[in-house]
Amino acid sequence: MPAKIISVEGDMAEVSVGGTLFKAGLQMIEDAKPGDYILLHAGFAIQKISEEDANETMRLLNEMNDQINF
Amino acid sequence: MKVLVTPGINTGRMNEIITLNQGSGGRHTHRLIKEIFIKSFGIAEPLTDSALTDNSGVTLALTTDSYVVDPVFFPGGNIGKLAVCGTVNDIAVSGAIPKYMAAAFIIEEGFPLADLIKITESMAEEAERAGVKIITGDTKVVEKGKCDKIFITTSGTGILPDGRKHISTGERIKPGDKIIINGPVGNHALAVLGARKNLSFSTPVVSDCASLNTLIKSIMTSSEKILFMRDLTRGGLGTVLNELAGMIGSGIEINEVSIPVDDPVKGLCEMLGFDPLYLANEGKVLVVTGNGEEKRVLEAMRADPHGKQSQIIGEIKENSRNMVILNTFAGGKRILEMPSGLQLPRIC
Amino acid sequence: MKYIDEYRDEVLIRKLAVRIRESAVQDLAFMEVCGGHTSAIHRFGIPSLLPGNISLISGPGCPVCVTGRDFIDKAVVLCRMENTILTTFGDLIRVPGSFSSLEKEKSEGADIRIVFSALEALDIARKNPGKNIVFLAIGFETTAPGTAVTVQQANMDKFNNFYILSAHKVMPPAMEAILNEGVKINGFICPGHVAAVTGSSIFDFIPDRYNLGCVITGFEPIDILQSIMMLVQQINNKTPQVEIQYNRAVTRSGNLIALEYLKRIFEPCDAYWRGIGIIKGSGLKLRKEFDRFDAGKLITSDIRSIEDDGSCICGEILRGMKRPDDCPLFPLVCTPDNPVGACMVSNEGACNTWYKYRKDE
Repeated sequence: MPAKIISVEGDMAEVSVGGTLFKAGLQMIEDAKPGDYILLHAGFAIQKISEEDANETMRLLNEMNDQINF
Repeated sequence: MKVLVTPGINTGRMNEIITLNQGSGGRHTHRLIKEIFIKSFGIAEPLTDSALTDNSGVTLALTTDSYVVDPVFFPGGNIGKLAVCGTVNDIAVSGAIPKYMAAAFIIEEGFPLADLIKITESMAEEAERAGVKIITGDTKVVEKGKCDKIFITTSGTGILPDGRKHISTGERIKPGDKIIINGPVGNHALAVLGARKNLSFSTPVVSDCASLNTLIKSIMTSSEKILFMRDLTRGGLGTVLNELAGMIGSGIEINEVSIPVDDPVKGLCEMLGFDPLYLANEGKVLVVTGNGEEKRVLEAMRADPHGKQSQIIGEIKENSRNMVILNTFAGGKRILEMPSGLQLPRIC
Repeated sequence: MKYIDEYRDEVLIRKLAVRIRESAVQDLAFMEVCGGHTSAIHRFGIPSLLPGNISLISGPGCPVCVTGRDFIDKAVVLCRMENTILTTFGDLIRVPGSFSSLEKEKSEGADIRIVFSALEALDIARKNPGKNIVFLAIGFETTAPGTAVTVQQANMDKFNNFYILSAHKVMPPAMEAILNEGVKINGFICPGHVAAVTGSSIFDFIPDRYNLGCVITGFEPIDILQSIMMLVQQINNKTPQVEIQYNRAVTRSGNLIALEYLKRIFEPCDAYWRGIGIIKGSGLKLRKEFDRFDAGKLITSDIRSIEDDGSCICGEILRGMKRPDDCPLFPLVCTPDNPVGACMVSNEGACNTWYKYRKDE
């Protein structure tokens, strides 16, 4: 579940999913800072979400979108 | 807690002890009610939010509810406010005007007096807001550990004006009639869950706990064709839709995209694996209007503070299988079933 | 909500569905091996968006479904012990064991608490020094690192009242086992969150040895449809390979820190997969230096677990050989209210999902 880091304290972060705040263990992530997006699973951040890659995917999809007309 | 099985009552395949599932408001609860209570008391079905009784030409609505919510204080209210709103709404959705209430308290030894005062004041405030009078009650105190802080049971009554009996049973509903709800779902259940000294999350969600009788008054004034009303408490929207389909022997089609759900509720549901359509609400009403009346009713609802986010969410269909079909936001279709398992205990 | 809403764009979804319909010329079957995918596919009504010649098969991706009855039996024995608090993820509560379930034990007074993280269980241990806290550790490579982090913390802080009962498993050996059994599929929709941890390279053996494509997929409707389109294109171009659709979270090498935790705390072992049998090297058990955290050591009695009901075909469903509606018990005898097999109990089980999200026929 994608979650946004709101604050970091030691190896725990407060992350937001749509406004609800959860605690996430950051033990498996490096350089996590407020504003970053992570994948939250069972109380841990298991990976960072790459905005760059996400934008790339959406760009490709929208290209395809433009090619198809109903 | 063991259930005393009276000879003569056939419990069939039910467990020998009561489980939390049977209190969740879904399939298990319905079964318990049907096989034990309705059978013993001889209550006529269909079950409606309040019972309507004929007394020499005057129809009285009567309802009762117990409140065991944990925790007792939560964002948006407390057990007392909940009790008044819940009972007022049960009467109001039948089309009756709520007038009088009774309140019985079971209090655990050691419960802070200051909290009891706060709860009582909330109840008085809400009763005044709703125009009802609490005229009788009862108080019991039990030893520590014999009940959890405080349990409240409220009963309410009101007079049902002529020509409104069909609103509880939905007997005049036809295919093509439209379904409206007055705002986002799932807030109450998650506000309460969030208020439990939870290690895992904190949520800005606030309970929608509110007395809806003024909203319902606007609804009744806006159109002659109000065909059904029910409030969405335990078991949520999904349960009421299924109950309705069963009562009227018809199908229902709902558009997922039109069901309002607040973002924090969405996020919390995704994380915890809940479906907002099955979560308890305490300030939501489902209205069925005659085909063609829905825009007028919607406008009237949106003019009320408790109906600003009202939406038309679907309609009654010709369908012999009494199914509730959801058109998903992804463009697919799926069946919305009655929930079987426990979503959350002690929400109301 | 960011990273969710844009992957639910209805217009884009419809266009992807059109693309798939135009590109898929033959009958194709794709298998997913993740409970999250089983759930998402049916919740969004994906099958009703696909052309009739594409079918989606559910494999052994639901950790609850593939956990043997003996695990529940052990959990029941543990929760009946004095001064013991059992902590578990919610989905295990209703799973029937040989003689009881956690739900039943709870209603008879056992202290069983639902937690959302292993760290919560550790916190309960911290707050209850006079009691033994047992955490039921189930899940695949997505969840196991969290347990590893927690055991490491318990070790560093010298906890003496915290235990785990591990049923953690890893995916690739199971995928290999069912491929070796001859399951008839044209490609895999690979689990996005497992791969976020392990990296995409763990699936390399599938195109290499079995000539089948793998697309690592996210969990939104657009993710799933885009992956199906990629699989179809691989088939049309005859280029089976491992591709990453879920590139916003998955890389080739994965999360090295998480993998390091796994290696430090756990080691592979043989594991029993309900419906499949014992698969070599598919489970995770605590390394010797951490085995004082093993809850199994608290059990002194012999537990005889019963075999699964003969008429239940969960095994074949988990291996992708049959579908829920092939089972004689579905949907009238085996229901979410009265589940016979694990596939119906778990919220992410194939049968439970089919039952809940049956499409309008």
